[in-house]
Amino acid sequence: MIRVILPPNLRTLAHVDGEVALELNGTLTQRSLLDAVEAKYPMLRGTMRDHVTQARRPMVRFFACGEDLSHESPDASLPEAIANGTEPFLVIGAIAGG
Amino acid sequence: MKGSAVDPARIYASQTSAWFGQIIQRSDDGGKTWNPPGTKPEDLMTSEGMPKGESNMFVYDASTETGKPLTTHQWYDGTQHPWEFKRVWHLEPSLHDPDHVYAGVEDAALFQSKDGGKSWQELAGLRGNDTGPKWQPGAGGMCLHTILLDPINPERISIAISAAGAFRTDDGGNTWKPINRGLRSQYIPDPNAEVGHCVHRIALHPSRPNTLFMQKHWDVMRSDDAGGSWHEVSGNLPSDFGFPIDVHAHEPETIYVVPIKSDSEHYPPSGRLRVYRSRSGGNDWEALTKGLPQRNCYVNVLRDAMSIDSLDPCGVYFGTTGGQVYASADGGDKWKPIVRDLPAVLSVEAQTLP
Repeated sequence: MIRVILPPNLRTLAHVDGEVALELNGTLTQRSLLDAVEAKYPMLRGTMRDHVTQARRPMVRFFACGEDLSHESPDASLPEAIANGTEPFLVIGAIAGG
Repeated sequence: MKGSAVDPARIYASQTSAWFGQIIQRSDDGGKTWNPPGTKPEDLMTSEGMPKGESNMFVYDASTETGKPLTTHQWYDGTQHPWEFKRVWHLEPSLHDPDHVYAGVEDAALFQSKDGGKSWQELAGLRGNDTGPKWQPGAGGMCLHTILLDPINPERISIAISAAGAFRTDDGGNTWKPINRGLRSQYIPDPNAEVGHCVHRIALHPSRPNTLFMQKHWDVMRSDDAGGSWHEVSGNLPSDFGFPIDVHAHEPETIYVVPIKSDSEHYPPSGRLRVYRSRSGGNDWEALTKGLPQRNCYVNVLRDAMSIDSLDPCGVYFGTTGGQVYASADGGDKWKPIVRDLPAVLSVEAQTLP
């Protein structure tokens, strides 16, 4: 079970409370994880990654296991702790506005 | 935000943030509940198994079949800059079909959806207009903010872009021409240029769609030939800078503006919030002050934040950047705040329910 924590705005948009749980086969990467999130919650398409380029939106960041993964390759394998659900994958909106 | 003229339960809203980009929200129950179009369970997958969720996907059409090459426009410093989608400024539902809706976007282009906002296609003839490379952003961005659908001629649409000006199609959106003759803007290199004017808002009365009223950056203008030529009707306004302009529901020559001090000081002259009404289609204006703050008021009224209803007498509504929404049930004679302490009001739309 893979655990994903969305920022509050996207939880509202997707009508979810708390964490998102995913079952995913194959190699776990940022791309496969986010594809799975969007497949389950299609209203999130375009909100974390650009619709066309699939690049991470500038004010969105990805964290897991205490590390900033925002600048990692989207096709790099994610840590085993995310794959086995020990640690969640966090989508975070940049601090801005204050 | 705007409701459908043929189905008042259908309302479209644009929501944008720097974090998560563009979101389109749709209500099918008059605003009680909202959802991004195309995300109900039955909509989730295409035949290829991919999620849809494309209600926020605005991609300029550069295809050879229906599109126009993705060129550049003028940047603030006069250099050329690529067209980049940023957000939706205005949604305008069709006058005939609740599932047909137009979207004016930044960087300036016109899109339409014929499936209730689930997917969007660009009407690329506008962006591909010969004058496109001369368009430039205003301080708020290069936004297409006004879409006027002609209630008599369904092939005719007029739009306005800051800071390119007004444009019109007479063939349902395939080809467009600038309609800026008569506009004079001292703040651009050629004050009488074909494009480059900072039009803030245009309005029409449904019974006389060839008469257009415009609040330009400076100057209130009028055209009686569907934008073919314009003349100034600022008359005795204390300032002819402002954003919204609207027309009375039953009197096609009665129009409303909210004068703002200047382009760099966005508040009412002398700190007195006054709507100005002309009953003669411009030139002669009267200040409407009853119920509006007449001292120390430093709010702005944005271009989409004025609306009218179709009751008799006509109701007029406007919202301020200070979070008040003022309403007049008697065509502007008396006003009262019907909502206070909101964030800056971006959009006010009145619906007259049966």
